Amino acid sequence: MAFAIQFTIDVLSLGGAYALMALGLVIVYGILRLVNFAYGELIMVAGYTMFLASGSGLPWIIMALLAVVMAIVFGILTDYVAFRPVRAKSVTAVLITSFAFSNLLQNAALLFISPRPRNVPLPEIFSQTVTIGGAITPVRNLITIAASIVLLAAVAFLMRKTTLGIAMRAAATNFTMARMLGVPANLIISSAFALSGFLAGVVGILWIGRIGTVVPGVGLEPLLVAFIATVIGGMRSLPGAVVGGFLLALIDTTLNYTLSQDLLKFRDAFTFSLVILILLWRPQGLIKGPASGQRT
Amino acid sequence: MLDISDLSVSYGTIRAVRGISFTVGKGELVSLLGANGAGKSSTIKCIAGALKASGGSITLEGRDITAASPEQVVRAGLATVPETRDVFPDLTVAENLMLGAYIHRRDQAGNRENLDRLHTLFPRLAERSHQPAGTLSGGEQQMLVIARALMSRPTVLLLDEPSLGLAPAIVERIFEMIETLKKSGLTILLVEQNVNQALAVADRAYVMRLGAIVTSGTADEIRATSDLSAHYLGG
Repeated sequence: MAFAIQFTIDVLSLGGAYALMALGLVIVYGILRLVNFAYGELIMVAGYTMFLASGSGLPWIIMALLAVVMAIVFGILTDYVAFRPVRAKSVTAVLITSFAFSNLLQNAALLFISPRPRNVPLPEIFSQTVTIGGAITPVRNLITIAASIVLLAAVAFLMRKTTLGIAMRAAATNFTMARMLGVPANLIISSAFALSGFLAGVVGILWIGRIGTVVPGVGLEPLLVAFIATVIGGMRSLPGAVVGGFLLALIDTTLNYTLSQDLLKFRDAFTFSLVILILLWRPQGLIKGPASGQRT
Repeated sequence: MLDISDLSVSYGTIRAVRGISFTVGKGELVSLLGANGAGKSSTIKCIAGALKASGGSITLEGRDITAASPEQVVRAGLATVPETRDVFPDLTVAENLMLGAYIHRRDQAGNRENLDRLHTLFPRLAERSHQPAGTLSGGEQQMLVIARALMSRPTVLLLDEPSLGLAPAIVERIFEMIETLKKSGLTILLVEQNVNQALAVADRAYVMRLGAIVTSGTADEIRATSDLSAHYLGG
């Protein structure tokens, strides 16, 4: 019983983080059909903001808010620097500019801060544990689960009930038609980047909260995870990204528990083999995105 | 109301529209006729702001909208119904209509009033309000796209081939509805391949061929022109 509880909490907390990461990536991809390769750096920005703010003596929650705000600012900045100038011209150009922006941010962190890990301030509660039904669980896992439930519900509400959210869904289906109804392209794209930055900021704090330190390359793994989760779930579907995130977490956690110590360092190889199998079975991903063609 | 002067549209080196000029007066229903590939839809898309003009000018009520973006054009009072019948299939009928009123989203009372009026005009849409638009039949989708365009309270409506791919009975309904809209004082530019139906409702018409306007006149004059079918059959 204790094991079942432990396992469930592990899957849900890892899955919640994965789902939020994937959601942040797919929100931009759905509208622009472009992967934002600088997405991982938004998590890095959140981490370094925490590090830089750590000497200020501000309460932790203010530092965390500041980190999220900075991730949003850099999300919107990604749009202005890497996407907007070349968006209308060439898809390849945007691919390269988003890579370039990612590199620029990483190298700025290397140059102006340090290549070595920097400590991120964490509140006491992140290192505490509680016992639930005999299972010893870090409190930060429960915080991650709570945060992901709240954020997933908030995103679902935004996308279903608000005019902006509905306009974003419409733009993800047929951008030109949405513009012909007066939905401003730039507002929609900037909103998508801001939402993406917001999710990256929150995930950044939770993710870095596991490790306790931030390095310039910290965003690579979340980017990869988000990318794989969206590929499994269906590149253009928001529910797909969430399902993909939880499924990937289920695979990872199961392997963590079942693989022997020798094999554990090859865990990613096992994970990716399973991902390949899933994609062979459903190449379009588990959940079909919004239809983009019209019915005839 | 809507003045097109020497308008050209190019796709790379291919010139789809070659310096056409025409006008649509206030409250008039003008039809743009011609075979596939004559440049009608390119003209519509260009007026709507979805395609860039390579030359000429588009003026709406004295305002130059040649270089305007699609969102600026609809704010200027010109709504477009593209031939591809672009409903947002995953959004409900109600959500589709709500987005049609995007530029008036602050005026909820006005939108509700407008929606009630459209629901009387299109009772099917009221019945299917909470259904995803992708589950509607072709005819219902066409009505939805037109109703959605009307939610922006346009002064000019561009209709691109509203009868495309629809059963004759439905086409009849659509044209009845176009007449109703015309009677309400709306200025309409109607692109059609269905010449007889279009001329039955139009005040005036222009015939396009290979990117240029070859004939123009009142609906009766155009109908009397015997070589009209030649333009369609490529003669």
